Amino acid sequence: MRTWREARIARDARIDAGRALAKHKLVEARDGVALLEAVIRPGDRVCLEGDNQKQADFLAQCLAAVDVHRVHNLHMVQSGVVLPEHLDVFESGVAKRLDYAYSGPQSSRIAGMLFGGKIELGAVHTYLELFARYFVDLTPNVALIAAVSADRDGNLYTGPNTEDTPTVVEATAFKDGVVIAQVNEIVECVPRVDIPGDRVHFIVKSDKPFYVEPLFTRDPAAITESQIFTAMLAIAGIYAPYKVRRLNHGIGFNTAAIELLLPTYGERLGLKGKVASHWAVNPHPTLIPAIESGWVEQIHCFGSEVGMDDYIRARSDIYFTGSDGSLRSNRALCQTAGLYACDLFIGSTLQIDLQGHSSTVTASRIAGFGGAPNMGSDARGRRHPSDPWLRAGKEADPDVTAPLRRGRKLVVQIGETFGDSYAPLFVEKLDAIILAEKIGLELAPVMVYADDVTHIVTEEGIANLLLCRTKDEREQAIRGIAGYTDVGRARDKKAVKALRERGVIRRPEDLGINPLDVDRNMLAARSIKDLVRWSGGLYEPPSRFRNW
Amino acid sequence: METLHFHHKVKHRAAGTKAMAIVGVVASGNLEVLVERILPNSDCELDIKTAAEGFGAVWQLVVADFVELRSPGGLKLSINDGGARPDTVAIRLAQAVRLIEDVDT
Repeated sequence: MRTWREARIARDARIDAGRALAKHKLVEARDGVALLEAVIRPGDRVCLEGDNQKQADFLAQCLAAVDVHRVHNLHMVQSGVVLPEHLDVFESGVAKRLDYAYSGPQSSRIAGMLFGGKIELGAVHTYLELFARYFVDLTPNVALIAAVSADRDGNLYTGPNTEDTPTVVEATAFKDGVVIAQVNEIVECVPRVDIPGDRVHFIVKSDKPFYVEPLFTRDPAAITESQIFTAMLAIAGIYAPYKVRRLNHGIGFNTAAIELLLPTYGERLGLKGKVASHWAVNPHPTLIPAIESGWVEQIHCFGSEVGMDDYIRARSDIYFTGSDGSLRSNRALCQTAGLYACDLFIGSTLQIDLQGHSSTVTASRIAGFGGAPNMGSDARGRRHPSDPWLRAGKEADPDVTAPLRRGRKLVVQIGETFGDSYAPLFVEKLDAIILAEKIGLELAPVMVYADDVTHIVTEEGIANLLLCRTKDEREQAIRGIAGYTDVGRARDKKAVKALRERGVIRRPEDLGINPLDVDRNMLAARSIKDLVRWSGGLYEPPSRFRNW
Repeated sequence: METLHFHHKVKHRAAGTKAMAIVGVVASGNLEVLVERILPNSDCELDIKTAAEGFGAVWQLVVADFVELRSPGGLKLSINDGGARPDTVAIRLAQAVRLIEDVDT
């Protein structure tokens, strides 16, 4: 007869097997590999915590070192494929199948392993989408997570980089899974409880603090004049007319330039208090001058950023902080905030096609998406109005009566027409499609779909795709800002001229931008040291960004 | 090193009275533009020394668009290019003309 609690019994058996190596919940670092061999079963779904920022790196090393005869054919369900060990487990046969969201630093190796058949790929997700599947059809049997400290009962303090942990633990612990945490230290009493101890089965004190990548730090010294130019276009041509108050900035130098131009160029345009006040964004160091100048009211964060902890602690009016004073981040909730409560997403990309599909996949690199497809999409379930959203909706659908007209999220792609090594931003056919054909994917890994993109900004101007009425108009609007790329050179000049007259394309001259203002002196901070100065010495940049 | 030369007939004389202006730097991915008001009002010339060879066709297009947009009559532009991309070139050309449009004091 069915017991209806078979999974619970199996979970208890795993925990008993692990207990042999533990004192209460505490396992010595040297027994880390043995613990995983005792708890994980062949074919398990395993979430090895790691995203674009923090990494359960000690547990990743342990998993890469398990005996493949005991642990194999795992199905990895994790946000980030970031560390070498994340792919080593596929080389060795410990893992077989993969569902993930982001693979920045491993983008080249993962492409090679997918081509070579070493990895059976489920799908490349956006973060929120993968989290959603943790609760439906990708629930982990075992979660390997990272925290700053634990007490003896397993209460965890994740510190400013809480990120994915609450979501991973929720899905695992409440559905008969086993949660194993690596921590930097064991303490008598944690500074705040980010994860209650009854959801944590084993704690391993790792030899080194878990790794955090300073992914969102952009050195102002590396911002080019072209990036300043496109940033000015975005501010004058999108932020100002739509009065965008609630927004998310993707990672990159173009958006860093916007952040550093708010207190200078933005101030000159009289936009302070009218735009960019409420954010779903990581604690970008390049936002410090705007915060200090009084532009920003509130920021909720996916994760933290290396070096920003003391600054955040001293600016609790701006950031979400815990009872201990440090940042509380939460990737799932911030992704939700970006999806439903922001009116604009702006970010860079590597390739845009003639309809506006946008992708960061190239022939030899699969970087994954992270949050971009979620941030960069229109939430069909949104029901609250706001001025930018209503205005964008009206531009897209002028003929529908107002009370029944959906608004539109502003989804902006920004970049120079040529990228690194003269690679064109605009292409006839995305590499993502070529890749999908090559490895037999049903879906090409498109980051932002054309029907979500509302504006494209390059140094040649802004294409407002909301105002395009036909496929052909859309194509010419894109060609019309594609500069001297092959796509740009193949434009129909007459059609582009007509689109400019209708305001579908707006040139820098149309927006009153003086080329002499395109100058690095326009940036509120021109170096990392300037950012430290703006922060009153509270921002402590990682050593690789210090040159003094 | 490649040398390119362009000569265009233009509709209007460049505004302002300034005789000379210089903008930019010679560096990798950047360029320096010296602009002088020394030609007849109907003419514009560009002399380009570039470190990146094989981009003559792109330069031709960038220069043609520049001449049409800014109508820089009477100007000679001498360019030292460190392999700048077209977006940087377009910004520098616009800046050079904007500078010489000032009234000389």
